[in-house]
Amino acid sequence: MEPSADPVERPFCAWCGAARAEGDHTACERRLATVDPPRHCPVCARRMVVQVDPVGWTARCSRHGESAGTHGFRR
Amino acid sequence: MTAVDPSTTPQDAGGDILAVAREQVLERGEGLSQEQVLAVLQLPTERLEEALGLAHEVRMRHCGPEVEVEGIVSLKTGGCPEDCHFCSQSGLFDSPVRAAWLDVDRLVEAAKQTAKTGATEFCIVAAVRGPDAKLMEQVRAGIAAIRAEVDINVACSLGMLTQEQVDELAAMGVHRYNHNLETARSHFPEVVTTHSWEERWETLQMVRAAGMEVCCGGIVGMGETLEQRAEFAVQLAELEPDEVPLNFLIPNPGTPFAHLEVPQGADALMTVAAFRLALPRTVLRFAGGRELTLGDLGAEQGMLGGVNAIIVGNYLTNLGRPAEQDLDMLETLKMPIKALNDTL
Ligand code: SF4
Repeated sequence: MEPSADPVERPFCAWCGAARAEGDHTACERRLATVDPPRHCPVCARRMVVQVDPVGWTARCSRHGESAGTHGFRR
Repeated sequence: MTAVDPSTTPQDAGGDILAVAREQVLERGEGLSQEQVLAVLQLPTERLEEALGLAHEVRMRHCGPEVEVEGIVSLKTGGCPEDCHFCSQSGLFDSPVRAAWLDVDRLVEAAKQTAKTGATEFCIVAAVRGPDAKLMEQVRAGIAAIRAEVDINVACSLGMLTQEQVDELAAMGVHRYNHNLETARSHFPEVVTTHSWEERWETLQMVRAAGMEVCCGGIVGMGETLEQRAEFAVQLAELEPDEVPLNFLIPNPGTPFAHLEVPQGADALMTVAAFRLALPRTVLRFAGGRELTLGDLGAEQGMLGGVNAIIVGNYLTNLGRPAEQDLDMLETLKMPIKALNDTL
């Protein structure tokens, strides 16, 4: 599942798990763009099982399946 | 923590600290004492470039131009019973990191990806107090599979060990063992309460006695004073590790250190220079946190300020810069990558 910018399909912040429509997520985005893989499912906010390896990451939501990326996560 | 006003900078009894360090560290190869390291850490920011320049000269003279490249991977992530206050993998905190195990196929794949970058070291890490039978079994299978397919030195970081486990890892051919003291002995109880600094020290002594290389470093920016940072540098020097990985705190959500600030770039770079001047011959490695603390420019300054090793690619739970970016940086800086079986 590729990260998407759609706030309706993906209403939650993948870093902090809160609603993207509420609050300021600038710091969350900076972390996702530099040092953190997504930790929360952007569709349902569940905490995901994340595995980081030298070249990428995979993140699995028990409800919405697996996503994967290389460096940096952009919603 | 920021550097202080020059007028209040304590001078070493022997004169200006960088002049003393030039003679003592560069010429004679003797690391700085605790008071001397503190004097470097207290230098004003205007003298940062000079300190980094001297640290670079020391590294070139005593270690050479080669850079040791390493990749790391988390074999067992999260769910750790310990309470290291910086760590998102402790099961005692409300961290978003969930437990996960890497299978042997992915471990081998990670080693291959690491070797492709020209790295000579691949470190297998587990979030545990110390290994149990299941983890030792997984490590054994993983190392055998890597050795069959990938030409790279294998290191491990599996927490505190028993003598039996030390012997077993040495027999498996583990080249280097990482176990960080993390911070100064006097600051350790503010960082970890479920085990002691001395327990960590004991594991390190057993590792050395078994003939494995010792890798031991820590994290800068965990609320330690400059005095404690200087204390840590000389405690590491006393240990005489083969490698010191320097991390900069990434304040992780849910951990007791989530509220701490990311260390300032100038402060971090002065620490790099000071640690090199305390440890003239050690492999000094840039590890986690440099992306937030230093950015791209600061990483280059560090490579020209005493650092002679890097972790490329991602870390355990955090992402790093793409390996190509670091390899390009080394090429631009005309720093050759250390070849397999060379010693620094
Ligand atoms: S022992 Fe290691 S994995 Fe466990 S909490 Fe401490 S630093 Fe994290």
